[in-house]
Amino acid sequence: MTTVADPLLSIRDLEVTFTTEEGPTTAVRGARFDVMAGETVAVVGESGSGKSTTAMAVIGLLAQNGRVSGGQVLVDGHDVATLGGAGMARMRGRVIGMVPQDPMSNLNPVARVGDQIVEALEDNGVARGGAARRRAVELLEEAGLPDAARRAGQYPHEFSGGMRQRALIAMGLSCRPRLLIADEPTSALDVTVQRTILDRLEALTTDLGTAVLLITHDLGLAAERAAKIVVMYRGEVVEVGPAAQLLTDPQHEYTRRLLAAAPSLASRRIQLARRLGATSAVGDDLLAMSAETPTDEKAAVDARAGEASTEHDDSPIVEVKDVSKVFSLRGSSLFSRGQRFTAVDGVSFQIPRGKTVAIVGESGSGKSTVARMMLDLIPPTSGEITFNGRAVGGTDRAAEVRFRRQVQPIFQDPYASLDPLYTIHRTIEEPLRAHRFGTAAERRDRVHALMADVALPLDLLGRYPAELSGGQRQRVAIARALALNPDLVVCDEAVSALDVIVQSQILHLLADLQHRLGLSYLFISHDLAVVRQIADHVCVMERGRIVEQGTVDDVFDRPQQEYTRVLLDAIPGRDLQLGLEAG
Amino acid sequence: MLRLVMQRLALLVPTLLGLSVLLFLWVRALPGGPATALLGERATPDAVERINALYGFDRPLVEQYLTWLGQLLQGNFGTSTRTGRPVLDEFLVRFPATIELTLLALVIAVGVGIPLGYLAARHQGRALDHTTVGASLLGVTIPVFFLAFLLKYLFAVQLGWFPSAGRQNPAMISTHPTGFYVLDGLLTREWDAAWDAMAHLVLPAVALGSIPLAIITRITRASVIEVQNADYVRTARAKGLRPPRLRRRVVLRNAMLPVSTTIGLQVGLLLSGAVLTETVFAFNGIGSFLANAVFNLDYAVLQGFILFIAVVYALVNLAVDVSYGLIDPRMRVR
Repeated sequence: MTTVADPLLSIRDLEVTFTTEEGPTTAVRGARFDVMAGETVAVVGESGSGKSTTAMAVIGLLAQNGRVSGGQVLVDGHDVATLGGAGMARMRGRVIGMVPQDPMSNLNPVARVGDQIVEALEDNGVARGGAARRRAVELLEEAGLPDAARRAGQYPHEFSGGMRQRALIAMGLSCRPRLLIADEPTSALDVTVQRTILDRLEALTTDLGTAVLLITHDLGLAAERAAKIVVMYRGEVVEVGPAAQLLTDPQHEYTRRLLAAAPSLASRRIQLARRLGATSAVGDDLLAMSAETPTDEKAAVDARAGEASTEHDDSPIVEVKDVSKVFSLRGSSLFSRGQRFTAVDGVSFQIPRGKTVAIVGESGSGKSTVARMMLDLIPPTSGEITFNGRAVGGTDRAAEVRFRRQVQPIFQDPYASLDPLYTIHRTIEEPLRAHRFGTAAERRDRVHALMADVALPLDLLGRYPAELSGGQRQRVAIARALALNPDLVVCDEAVSALDVIVQSQILHLLADLQHRLGLSYLFISHDLAVVRQIADHVCVMERGRIVEQGTVDDVFDRPQQEYTRVLLDAIPGRDLQLGLEAG
Repeated sequence: MLRLVMQRLALLVPTLLGLSVLLFLWVRALPGGPATALLGERATPDAVERINALYGFDRPLVEQYLTWLGQLLQGNFGTSTRTGRPVLDEFLVRFPATIELTLLALVIAVGVGIPLGYLAARHQGRALDHTTVGASLLGVTIPVFFLAFLLKYLFAVQLGWFPSAGRQNPAMISTHPTGFYVLDGLLTREWDAAWDAMAHLVLPAVALGSIPLAIITRITRASVIEVQNADYVRTARAKGLRPPRLRRRVVLRNAMLPVSTTIGLQVGLLLSGAVLTETVFAFNGIGSFLANAVFNLDYAVLQGFILFIAVVYALVNLAVDVSYGLIDPRMRVR
């Protein structure tokens, strides 16, 4: 019996178990919450918290080795478990829709975008043939895709990420489901695109009266978009409540930590906070990190701090003068000249010694190209980059070796940037070997010291990257970058792939290392909230140019350019006082 | 698409030129030179000299090469020293037989391999899957000639279901306008001749197709398993697609991408495998002719054949690239 007050989706003591080689693993334990018709509920948690698994259990699309091992999922009062495979298949599309996370991998690469909507309409008996095709174009338009009639005939690879996500929204809502599962629907997109897509999704679901189960790792986003928030941690629902209440008065310890770690525009420069003696604000969210650092290793770390000589040198470590990079694209026909694409256009900035300069921008803004030129991986087309007063690049082999020792990279994806066949010891030792540093024993000592620097226990040394967590892997990448005592570290989206709490730990680690070792950072990021926490100076890039640069406070508090303002406005939860309240 | 074809054809020219240089030098590097190869090891110096003068083997190497190349371009591939007939004529007579054989082998390999690999993937980890994987492992490990002998002994000699040798019953009177015996039978409405030619093809084609069949089965299985777990398949299920459309439009079409590459590579393997199979079944195609050429050091035939294989291989790979563009829109040159 369904009455008005009954929830559309009711999850009752849900338990999901995966069968793995090491035996069964319970990914979700006793999860319990409701979604009312037309309501938006956000499930927040870090990766591995079971939030996506819960969503997949609702739509009956758990991975092959996963099954609901306890509890119930009731959709409209019906127990999903009793429906069976065919019954569940009938529910999908018409009753429950889904907008998946990664727009790059979720569209069929060999079918036209329009056809992918048409087939959903046909198989769900909504429309057929020409009517279905016209409807598909309408749906794409509704999702905010410009020029939908032409776009419907194109393939996914001809779409940008934002356009693909619009197509996926059109697809998920094509048969007007009563419940839409939005699994991190915008986390792979640029912040301004993210905002327009979420606005569109919200407007559509409000108009249609669709209930939304929003899965996200971003607390700010959840608070902004959902009336109710469910916080999950290690497979359990630790807190459920109205968004506003949960933010101002978190009950569970984990929610508090999540709130403290969440980067936002209200957060302050990490190092600055410490220098001002405001350690309490930072101290509490460092709970996890200080627990990881045994005190005796800390002593060793402190001893090394003396090495970071504070010789006074006011000249900037890096000067970038009017640098441009032009790529030539492949020509469209056999004899036509290739087109030219200006990725970086007349960029100039300096990195003061011992400071952090951040470059922010959306994808395609040229920020990563600047990083690659800074690392001397590609030469600039024009302009000059000087490092310690010497021009970067050129043919002097000895100078290049010296440069490579002094400038080290940390990349975004610690899965991809560590050799899976090297042990952690070998990975960190690699640059020492490459530059013929000391004897084997000396190298081992250095590796041990580096492990202490990045607060990793020594027993990880014999393991392989696959056996480490994402945060541990990024610490290994940092240790490797520090192995040769560099002066400059180029961090290209170094914390973007990490969960907020881990992200916060790594940011603190980077700030701490900078303080102790006198490092200079070039920090490339699309995430303005993160930049606010780590940078001294900020350059905002748009289409290859630096449109605004200045100190962090100037740029964030008194943005001069319209584009900077758009970027800042697009940050989810910008008005919420995240990252300051707790602690 | 046309641009791709033109580019690849243009690329074929330097490839073939390079190969022709190698082939030319190879013959000149034969022990005792080409004349000895022609006359045998016990040839008298006089005879060797006469042959050298006759064929121009005493001229400067560059001149010899250019002369040979010029003849090649005019379709003159030299004369078979064993049969005394032009190499090109010998090929044109035997070529259809080999094409028929390889085509049928390919049809068997693709026609059985893809469905079998797909079924195995759908039943991953169950009996059908294990059987298929085991059988395909056996398929790649059994040498072609051994399987050919085995098939011949079982189905031709013991059971008598199929003929054991040749392309057609010698007693059968039929006309051959094209040289493709099965096609000839159909064109001339000599149904019994077509049937007989087909029967002669079955065992050699099965033997020849066994390895490609095993490989295609394995690749299809692996590819389908991978695609089944792809994000876009889950999304397609989430939007409520019915299983038939899901399998056809989403899973199979994406899974075919690596399979089409494999098929292209297998064609080259089929041509070389034909040498062994044709020999076992006394099948009068290029393969058995080539085997004889090897034994008799019939270098003109070998040179011609290798060039021919290179062209076929390049064209097949081009066809595969084009088919890739048809299956995968991302590969289309814009």
